[in-house]
Amino acid sequence: MIDNQPKENSQEKIKYTAKDFTSSQDVRWCPGCGDYSILAQVQRTSPDLGFKKENVVWVSGIGCSSRFPYYMDTYGIHGIHGRAPAIATGVKVNNPNLDVWVATGDGDLLSIGGNHFIHACRRNVDIKILLFNNKIYGLTKGQYSPTSEKGKKTKSTPFGSVDFPFNPLSLALGAEATFVARSLDRDPKHLQAIIKRASEHAGTAFIEIYQNCNIFNDGAFELYTEKDTKPDNVVFLEHGKPMIFGKNQDKGIKLEGLNPKVVDLANGEASVNDLWIHDEFDESPARAFILAQFTENENMPLPVGVFRQIKRSTYDKDFHEQIERIKKVKGEGDLKKLLFAGNMWTVN
Amino acid sequence: MPKEKEVQNLSEVTVRFAGDSGDGMQLTGSQFSDTTALMGNDLSTLPDYPAEIRAPIGTVYGVSGFQLHFSSSDIHTPGDRPDILVAMNPAAIKKNISELKPGAMIIANIDSFDRKNLQLAKYETNPLEDSSLEGYEVYPVPIGSLTAKALQGTSLSPKEVSRCKNFFALGLMYWLFDRQVDQTVSWIQKKFAKKPEFIEANTNALLAGYNYGENTELFNTRYNVEPAKLPKGTYRSISGNEATALGFLAASVKSKLPLFLGSYPITPASEILQYLSNYKNFGVKTLQAEDEIAGITSAIGAAFAGNLAITTTSGPGLALKTEAIGLALMTELPIVIVDVQRGGPSTGLPTKTEQADLLQAVYGRNGEAPVAVLAASTPSDCFNMAIEASRLAIKYMTPVILLTDGYLANGSEPWKIPHANELPDIPVKFRTEKEGFAPYLRDGNLSRPWVKPGTPGLEHRIGGLEKANISGAVSYDPENHNLMINLRAQKVKNMVNDIPDLTVDGDMEGDILVLGWGGTYGAIKEAVIKAREAGYNVSQAHLKYINPLPKNTEYVLKGFKNVLIPEINLGQLSKIIRSEFLIPVKQLNIVRGLPFRVSDIENKIKEVLGGIA
Repeated sequence: MIDNQPKENSQEKIKYTAKDFTSSQDVRWCPGCGDYSILAQVQRTSPDLGFKKENVVWVSGIGCSSRFPYYMDTYGIHGIHGRAPAIATGVKVNNPNLDVWVATGDGDLLSIGGNHFIHACRRNVDIKILLFNNKIYGLTKGQYSPTSEKGKKTKSTPFGSVDFPFNPLSLALGAEATFVARSLDRDPKHLQAIIKRASEHAGTAFIEIYQNCNIFNDGAFELYTEKDTKPDNVVFLEHGKPMIFGKNQDKGIKLEGLNPKVVDLANGEASVNDLWIHDEFDESPARAFILAQFTENENMPLPVGVFRQIKRSTYDKDFHEQIERIKKVKGEGDLKKLLFAGNMWTVN
Repeated sequence: MPKEKEVQNLSEVTVRFAGDSGDGMQLTGSQFSDTTALMGNDLSTLPDYPAEIRAPIGTVYGVSGFQLHFSSSDIHTPGDRPDILVAMNPAAIKKNISELKPGAMIIANIDSFDRKNLQLAKYETNPLEDSSLEGYEVYPVPIGSLTAKALQGTSLSPKEVSRCKNFFALGLMYWLFDRQVDQTVSWIQKKFAKKPEFIEANTNALLAGYNYGENTELFNTRYNVEPAKLPKGTYRSISGNEATALGFLAASVKSKLPLFLGSYPITPASEILQYLSNYKNFGVKTLQAEDEIAGITSAIGAAFAGNLAITTTSGPGLALKTEAIGLALMTELPIVIVDVQRGGPSTGLPTKTEQADLLQAVYGRNGEAPVAVLAASTPSDCFNMAIEASRLAIKYMTPVILLTDGYLANGSEPWKIPHANELPDIPVKFRTEKEGFAPYLRDGNLSRPWVKPGTPGLEHRIGGLEKANISGAVSYDPENHNLMINLRAQKVKNMVNDIPDLTVDGDMEGDILVLGWGGTYGAIKEAVIKAREAGYNVSQAHLKYINPLPKNTEYVLKGFKNVLIPEINLGQLSKIIRSEFLIPVKQLNIVRGLPFRVSDIENKIKEVLGGIA
């Protein structure tokens, strides 16, 4: 009674193009919005992800980012505020053959939908969550969000917000997410690469994408996206490689105990051999957590790339394996036997 | 040799077992029920327990009760007032004394009537010794010490020995009503299969209780209740929650759709989740969600993926699911939401019963959001209505709310088991054809096509934003919105041609029709029977479909001078009936967290008819 065939190896691979993933709906984001880039990178990457278009389902909640499914020519549900991870879980668990993606924003996923997010992570449902983080509420026209920095002046915080924000990556790591990454709307190549990596991961894959809202929070990520400031402020994480950044690749990150530190590679302060070698597959989340906390330390650059990727069985797989196991033990269910059970008596 | 005891025949008896939450009263009651059912009596049960799992020992608010009404004829309620109270401690008497029939029999465990327990129950003097129980037939039995005596030499600790005393009480009741102990003995053997010392102890306690009845001078009479003459068939005793679970499973088999339940534990609905989680060999998929909202939204995801998708909850959970029900309605996906109503508002009375979620179910959403609302009338009827709710949801591609309540959920009755092949198939059609496809095309029922993701060429998007009819594109067009609002309402209205007419028990016209819905069926039925016996001409009709109402509802109601609507709320169905048909109705509303007493309804019928037979 259940759809539980192994993922099909698409032998007769259909050659898709980005256009195949483009729906006929007019895209209605504000001109200049970072969402356009994310949509473009997803559409460009989708043909290379190796799945059949009819098996793709995009799920979203509410907010600017959540219009995303309408623009993808795949199956899609535009849900209600915050609930996309729960809807996506329902889709994936009921048909593990589907490739289920979630498009969401900082208000949707981390405020109203925070609960579903952490539970999707802990269950390790095989869904991919793209967080469009612009640190502002856009669709409701400019209130602060749970990722807005403390002191942020917005329409609802005219004197500055007094809330501490969430660090989305720390939250995901704390919730036991098995794939945690960050990318930038203004770095198409990097974003494409990270989307591919997420799609290859079995389990909940979480990508925080810094996304510029040019209407209500323009320039929030300028430091990390503009040519002249990006090299000195962004470190690209690569597995097995030392953490090096800077215009001249002359800065490195050293880990002293639990304390990360930027060191100068040019003045002899440190050499490449002293640097922190990134290990995506580290079983312990501790180092990934230290990396995630770089954003709380003004001396540290912004890490982008895959922070952590570990293997853990997925909820949807375990869910169906249990059903199959019980079927073997108890035998395929027989309604008649189930109804005619317990203490019965007959009236003649 | 004890002298031969007299046997007295009774046509019906109501027994209440009462004791501390930890005394095992629910177990004792359900064992007595099972044995009684096996002996062929008709029966109806009412478990009544505190929300606290182990409330402070000996207190009145820690008293857990189990009431059972059994008979040699057809019965419909757990009984208004017990004939017999088995009281394991003073608090059990304190709590229940006002509910007993005049002259009722009280079997009291005198071992627990010490100073401490009397104080905890707020008795200044021992009711067994002062005159406060005058007028009752009191049987003081040292249940605790007799159990200890029977278990002398056991390896069990004194505390464990004390926990066997409910089996002694059960054994005594088996003797008193001439029931066989076999069923309970085999239950004990199964339950404690891994603990032989418990099998021995509990069985010995049970038999000691039985033999005590046989040998004591205290009891001179035994009672006999002949088997009831039920229609031919094979029966089992079933509770509403189990019947609900089995109903959905049957709907899954009959529709050939895999069953998915997304649910968050909540009293008194959790058992449905527990039952269905046991049926994994049927391919049943249960997800215990992180909250009520994830329960229903995961079900919406499951419906999108092509499953029979359901979510189960109680009142507070229905409130939380409200927005998501709107999403299911807007996306036109079939899901069933079960609300096992409990005492409200807010947290209310979690373990008690009520019918106060009706308006929430029918109207409680933002926007014009009509949803089909069905209500089960007896514990076993939950089986039929779960199938009906599934059938309508699938056929009309829309959410359906099924209302049960705490009384139906926990109460049980004999159920004539249906044969699986007697149940009608539920046809399901998934669209796979590309040609001419659009996500909001309409069939003759105005339902849109159901497409499973994974179907090539039919990729489409649905969502909570208003959609253009047929094409399904996001639409802000005013005329389209008006059209869609009406289409969604019409789908629910169309069900009227697909549901049974309202049937009337009694004359089709007359002075009074007692109209009910949901779990009050039994109490109303019995009240109507009693009023007829008293010479009144009374008709009864019971609604199982509330949105839409059966198409002959107005016709039926207009046949009577008076329409009386008893409800365990402040008049919610009354409001609906008045607003739908502009018919004046009379109300009976008692909201105690308990089922109606038959006498409440009977008296109201007489009052409406001016006391004239």
